[in-house]
Amino acid sequence: MRGKMPALEVRSLSKHFGEVKAVKDISFTVNRGEFFGLLGPNGAGKTTTIRMIIGVLKPDAGSIHIEGVDLSKNYFEAKSKIGAIPEVGNIYPDLSARENIDLVGRFYGLPKALRQERAEKLLADLGLMDRGDDFARKFSKGMRQRISIACALVNEPPILILDEPTEGLDVMSRRLIIDKVKEMNQKGSTVILTTHNIEEANKLCQRVCIINKGEIVAIDSPERLRRTAEKMQIVEVGFNKKIEAAWFRSEHITRVVQCGDKWQFYTEDPDKAIRDIVTINEKMDLKIASISTTGPTLEDVFVKLCEVP
Amino acid sequence: MDWNMYFRAVTVVARKDIRIYYRKAPVFIFGLILPTFLFFAFFVGRELDIHKYFPGFLAMSLFFTSSSVGPLIVPWEKQQGTFERLLSYPVSIGTIVLGDMIAGALFGLMISTIVGVAGIFLIPIAITDVFMIFIAFVLGNICFSSLGVLLSSPGAKTPANIMMLAALVRFPLIFVSGIFIPVSQMTGVGVYVTYCSPLTYLVDALNMSTGQVSVFPWWTDLLVMLAFALAFLALAVFVLRRRSLRGL
Repeated sequence: MRGKMPALEVRSLSKHFGEVKAVKDISFTVNRGEFFGLLGPNGAGKTTTIRMIIGVLKPDAGSIHIEGVDLSKNYFEAKSKIGAIPEVGNIYPDLSARENIDLVGRFYGLPKALRQERAEKLLADLGLMDRGDDFARKFSKGMRQRISIACALVNEPPILILDEPTEGLDVMSRRLIIDKVKEMNQKGSTVILTTHNIEEANKLCQRVCIINKGEIVAIDSPERLRRTAEKMQIVEVGFNKKIEAAWFRSEHITRVVQCGDKWQFYTEDPDKAIRDIVTINEKMDLKIASISTTGPTLEDVFVKLCEVP
Repeated sequence: MDWNMYFRAVTVVARKDIRIYYRKAPVFIFGLILPTFLFFAFFVGRELDIHKYFPGFLAMSLFFTSSSVGPLIVPWEKQQGTFERLLSYPVSIGTIVLGDMIAGALFGLMISTIVGVAGIFLIPIAITDVFMIFIAFVLGNICFSSLGVLLSSPGAKTPANIMMLAALVRFPLIFVSGIFIPVSQMTGVGVYVTYCSPLTYLVDALNMSTGQVSVFPWWTDLLVMLAFALAFLALAVFVLRRRSLRGL
């Protein structure tokens, strides 16, 4: 029975701030051991949803069950099952890296020996062993975020909730954090990740939930979401000289986007779109240097669903 | 409610506050310097009976010390972004308020004990009721540390704004609490204003325990301080919860 219980169950969750409805009656479940992504444009309601799940905000309506435990009824028990990095979730600058991890371990009731053992392992895994006794205020953003993830992992939580954990980080810190999170997921922890980095979500998540304007617009695996948008195809063309997107207005081309030294033409009918491109090509005295067609990416699905211009 | 987890959260919050905010040398030194300056301001160059006014001075020192850092903790943490992180742990607003209160009360208790012991040996002040002074110290520190936590609960993320609010509340209290003019000598509306100040009851309890004139029975002083402490804590939880509903 317990094995089949979802890691997280969100039912009819709503939250408003004054006149603004930030989250509108959303429901979803996250299975045990799943890597689940929460995507959406800025102001979509992702962070508000996460803040309600981790108990920072109280919902106006709806329920949250963490491993079957109702957050509103058994607040402490439910919260002891999660490790989280909120969007605004800094570590204490006046404590050392080791002290920050130790403090969080105390909140979860870990005995001293276990706190020390885990702190040492996390510091080593995250490349901070030689800086363990330095005050966090001396650390770079990437190092602080690595300590932050160490704090979220110290209780080895069954559910890990990360709100944009790699935002604005250098490649090294980003990779260390992602590797550590993947390792936790492989060991059985459920991971819920919000990110703006769609490529990251595509690579990591087994399912993604796309939120826009406080509502869920899609929830499925990245692959299946791509398939739902298969009607949309991309013709990628390289030209011998500079062009303007406005030249390629046609009923078969819905969008024209420059991508490096190439141009992407979004279409539902690649054949007709290519014919239009060739016609315009001849008219404007252009030469095609390269041409290829691809299916939609997760980002294309995201853009389509969220109506981002 | 899991009370084990609840009390663990309270003690870890208090421990965190002491480690981060109270164990700093400037805070500790300020805690000792303030009563010294207050002593000079109070007694030097004035023809005051030091034995008569020492309980008022002691109460004032305790009041300022125990409510000094509390108002700043939540604004500091909100400004640094650690408050939201703290709330993501198995911690509730109630446990944060209680933990902050305990840290402030322990700090105030330590400083006021040092000031009290200095008074006993240097002046010397006679203690006529040791049990009463002990209870008055404990309850007084709890009460005014709770006031400090209440002052921190409005939404401001800027400690300077909260400091202004704290000064606005704390300074007038010392003039209406029987420190400079004993309650027994007050007349008219002033007496009723004095009754509304929690500091009045601490001054009265300390007067009683040092053999000076007290106005209220001992149990009134202690019960009123306890009632104020509970009211301050409940109000702090209420205000912070309201803020939390609006997004901190």
